[in-house]
Amino acid sequence: MKERLNLRVNGENYEVFAEPSSTLVEVLREELNLTGTKTGCDSGRCGACSVLIDGKAVKSCNVLAIQARDREITTIEGLGGRNGELHPLQEAFIENFAFQCGFCTPGMIIASKALLDENPSPTEEEVKAGLEGNLCRCTGYVKIIEAVLAAPGKIQIRSAK
Amino acid sequence: MKPFGYLIPKSLARACSLLSEYEGQAKIIAGGQSMLPQLKQRLISPEFLIEIKHLKGLQYVKSDRDGLRIGAMTTHRAIESSLVIKKKFPLLAEMETRLADSQVRNWGTIGGNLSHADPTGDPAPALIALGAQVQATSVRGSRAIPLEDFFLDFMTTALADDEILTEISIPYLPPHTAGAYYKESVRPNDSAIASAAVVIGLAGGKVTRADIVLGGVGSTPIPAKQAAQLLIGKKVTAGLVEQVGAAAVAEIRPTSDMHSSEEYKRLIAKVVVEQMVNAAARRAEA
Repeated sequence: MKERLNLRVNGENYEVFAEPSSTLVEVLREELNLTGTKTGCDSGRCGACSVLIDGKAVKSCNVLAIQARDREITTIEGLGGRNGELHPLQEAFIENFAFQCGFCTPGMIIASKALLDENPSPTEEEVKAGLEGNLCRCTGYVKIIEAVLAAPGKIQIRSAK
Repeated sequence: MKPFGYLIPKSLARACSLLSEYEGQAKIIAGGQSMLPQLKQRLISPEFLIEIKHLKGLQYVKSDRDGLRIGAMTTHRAIESSLVIKKKFPLLAEMETRLADSQVRNWGTIGGNLSHADPTGDPAPALIALGAQVQATSVRGSRAIPLEDFFLDFMTTALADDEILTEISIPYLPPHTAGAYYKESVRPNDSAIASAAVVIGLAGGKVTRADIVLGGVGSTPIPAKQAAQLLIGKKVTAGLVEQVGAAAVAEIRPTSDMHSSEEYKRLIAKVVVEQMVNAAARRAEA
C-alpha cells in the first residue's frame, strides 16, 4: 500500500506517495522526474544510480526510498550552480573527454564528488578505489580518472574567485 | 519485490517486541545492502520489514578497559575510518577497504553483514580470528555468542528467529600480537575466491597464539584449528609455513562457483594462508 513519504532532494522538500518496497532510484526518477540518476543494472553493481545521501555516495537502486527519509539527498541535477553553471567536476569531465555514451556519467560524477569532498587531493590509486563501485563500458576509465585528478585544481580556482 | 509493510520502531526494545509479535512474517533490515538484492530476486519475501539502521543507540565504536565494542548499526565506512580501530585493530580497517565499494560501505552495517552470513564475506574471518563475540538481543534478554560459533551453515546463523545482533566486541590484542587479512578475487573487491585472516602472537620469537580463519571456501567461514595448532611453540619458518598452508587446505570444504573451481580454491587457499601467516608474524615482531 502506498504511504506518504517526505524526501529532501537537492535542497527542496518533496512529498510523495510510494510503496515501502520502492527503491530510491524509482522514486527519484518516476515520482520526482529527476531522471539524471540512471537505472543501470538495478542490482547494486554498476553504480549508475549513485546519489549522495548526507554527502556520502550511495547506490539508489539498493536503498529503499523510505530509508532515505530525513536525509539530504543530492542527485546529479543538484550539482550545478543556481544559474545553471556547471560544477568544476562536470567541466573536468567535458574537458577531459571522460564520457562517451554518458550513461555511467551521472553516477561517476556523483561518486567523484563524494570522493573529492572526503579527500580533496587523491592519488590515482585513491581515485580508482573511490570509483570501484562505478562501471563504465565505453571509456576504459582512463579519461574518467584523468578528469577526477584534474578536478581539484579547477575546484581551487573556482573557490578562489 | 513483493510488497511489504515497513515498520520503524523508535527503540531497540520496540524492535525486539515487533520481531516477536510478527513471528515468522517479519525480517530485520539494517542497511539492506545484502537484503535488497535478495528481495528483488524474490529469494526472500517477508510480509514486513523492521528497520533498525536508524537506531542511534546501535551506532558506536567504544573503547572499554578490555577491548572494543562496536554497535551493530555502525557502517562499514565508520569502521574503515575509525581512528581507534586503525590504531588497535588495523586488520579491521584494512579488511573494510576490501569490502565491496564505497557506496555499499557508506550505507551497509557490520551487524547486517554478519547476520546475512555470506560465506564469502570479509568481516567474519577477520573478526573470528580476533576472537570477537556478538550480542544477540530479544524480548527474552541478551546473550553473548562467540563469533566462531555464530555461523552454522550457508547463510544461517545462531540467531533465534526473534533475536537481533546488537553488538560486536573484540578483546584487545596483547603486545607482539598482530593480524593480516587478504582476499583473492577476480577484481580487488569482488567476492572471495579464497580469503584468510590470520592473527599471530609471539613471545621470545616463538608463536604463543595462532588463529587462522578462511573465507570463501565453505558454507561458513572456516577456522583452520589444526593448521593453527602446528604453529604453537614454534618459530615461524618457511618450512613450517608451508606445512600450515597444506594443513589449512585439508580443513576447508570448497565448492566450485562461477568464479572459481574447487581445485582453484584449494590452490589459492594454501597460498593465501601462507602469505598471511608470514604477514601477521612480521607485524607481530615489529
